[in-house]
Amino acid sequence: MNHDTYPADYIRGILQSVKVIAMVGASSNEVRPSNLVMKYLLGKGYDVIPVNPGLAGQTLLGQMAYASLKDIPKPIDMVDIFRNSEAAGKIVDEALTLIPKPSVIWMQLTVRNDEAAMRAEAQGVKVVMNRCPKMEYGKLSGEWAWVGGNSGLVSSRKQQMHQSGKMQSLGIGEKPTTR
Amino acid sequence: MTERTPGFDTLAIHAGASPDPATGARITPIYQTTAFVFDDVKHASDLFALKAFGNIYTRIMNPTQAVLEAKVAALEGGTAALAVASGHAAQMLVFHTMMQPGDEFVATRQLYGGSINQFNHSFKSFGWHVVWADAEDMNSIESALSPKTKAIFIESIANPGGRITDIAAVAKIAKRAGVPLIVDNTLATPYLCKPIEHGANIVVHSLTKFMGGHGNSMGGAIVDGGNFDWSKSGKYPLLSEPNDSYHGMKFHETFGGIAFAIACRVLGLRDLGPAISPQNAFYILTGMETLSLRMQRHCDNALKVAEWLSQNPSVAWVNYAGLPTDSHHALQKKYTPRGAGAVFTFGLKGGFEAGVKVVSSVKLISHLANVGDTRSLIIHPASTTHSQLMPDQLKKAGATPDVVRLSIGIEDVEDIIADLEQAIG
Repeated sequence: MNHDTYPADYIRGILQSVKVIAMVGASSNEVRPSNLVMKYLLGKGYDVIPVNPGLAGQTLLGQMAYASLKDIPKPIDMVDIFRNSEAAGKIVDEALTLIPKPSVIWMQLTVRNDEAAMRAEAQGVKVVMNRCPKMEYGKLSGEWAWVGGNSGLVSSRKQQMHQSGKMQSLGIGEKPTTR
Repeated sequence: MTERTPGFDTLAIHAGASPDPATGARITPIYQTTAFVFDDVKHASDLFALKAFGNIYTRIMNPTQAVLEAKVAALEGGTAALAVASGHAAQMLVFHTMMQPGDEFVATRQLYGGSINQFNHSFKSFGWHVVWADAEDMNSIESALSPKTKAIFIESIANPGGRITDIAAVAKIAKRAGVPLIVDNTLATPYLCKPIEHGANIVVHSLTKFMGGHGNSMGGAIVDGGNFDWSKSGKYPLLSEPNDSYHGMKFHETFGGIAFAIACRVLGLRDLGPAISPQNAFYILTGMETLSLRMQRHCDNALKVAEWLSQNPSVAWVNYAGLPTDSHHALQKKYTPRGAGAVFTFGLKGGFEAGVKVVSSVKLISHLANVGDTRSLIIHPASTTHSQLMPDQLKKAGATPDVVRLSIGIEDVEDIIADLEQAIG
């Protein structure tokens, strides 16, 4: 996988298929990017599980937090890493020991660790680096253009309202969730 | 896995403009509303705290305006854009987002007269100080820099002289100084030149001109190149430091490559208020769909008019970079290879009096203070657009008393030439 640019279909496939997202480095500070992204993804129907040793045993945005990935008592579809590029390597290795393995490892904007990505891809795990799932969801759904953002995409198909039926919320054609 | 990247003309029509999800309307609707209802109190507070994408109030954002923004951003190759009431409003918000009282910025003298006024006078009352340099002399730009410099400002094609600025050379200076390069791309439009590809960090537009193109609506735009590190130097606290009006949010950290456009919107536009009307955004959107067709015709007509003028015995000189003999022809070939734009100047051997006579005698060309209309336009800058400038400034801006400025339209070029012929007499 070329990690400089990602085809829109690759990102769409990931965001349509994953349901349970472990967010490593989720912050309880309401103006930190990880908190904002977690809140957004919850609103889009994802089951986001915060991973942060300092918050273990507490709830964050209504979700139980855990100290590490291995403590999470259910299968994880995607690990979203809000740590620096170096620290991301160790988290990837930890994620690869989980049973079952997550199908996607996502590193946030500015986070990129090519060696770790190769280790994950060697085990059949999809990798996205230096991207934000909130921004990418917005680009695919059309919400990105609401803030004047250039998604690089054009379409003659009408945009989809998000299945939640919420006001001003677009979707990306994901399967209905049971949450 | 290969996906086509849409071409320029496809983007001009489709970027940002998918069918309306509520009604299926194919053309972007005019959302003529001041405000938008909230789902519930939580949704409202999330929108106000920038925790959710969405519309609140048309002073800050509006769905018709948003399509215009996404389209301008796509055509310029930026990450995001903000549309505002006018080109002047765009400049106001750009500097408001970068500057603190006592700060300086460097601007080249070869600018639209309105910008020179804005920088010299209105900005002074905010404590923002312009330091002038010469677009043709890179050393003058370099030596105008100081530790207080926050940005460099140039025009891609300068108004009124039609001069082409060496954008990449200025971008190198800006990069070395660690400050953003702002380029006013109004007269070129992204059809002729994309400044971000040459190293610019911010692009501003008067959408009133060629982008809208029909002389019917005021508008301006700020394009974020997404290619400047606002946190590195600590010189841009509005972007790098916790913001008190958003509970301590740091804009650059939170919004990454679109931080500048977001800050211009939710700080500058929120507090200063120069919003574009949805109706004007709609007219400009309609005009932008034919940008390529119009600009090429504007350029082709302008070249023919410039060639004709340069052979007319009553004409003293013609400044048009599209002419092979012009001193800016090499720069034009590099930066605007499809054409040199449609705004240029000429002088008559009869000087001031002859210029006034031409402006007074035209019958097809309109005598007014605008450029970038489908109609051909003419003006005498020294008595109008640049009249507030001192003689020395007039000379440096390329607007000496004998100068006549043309904005060549997309009429039949033979008719434009015939009108000039009878007017020059």
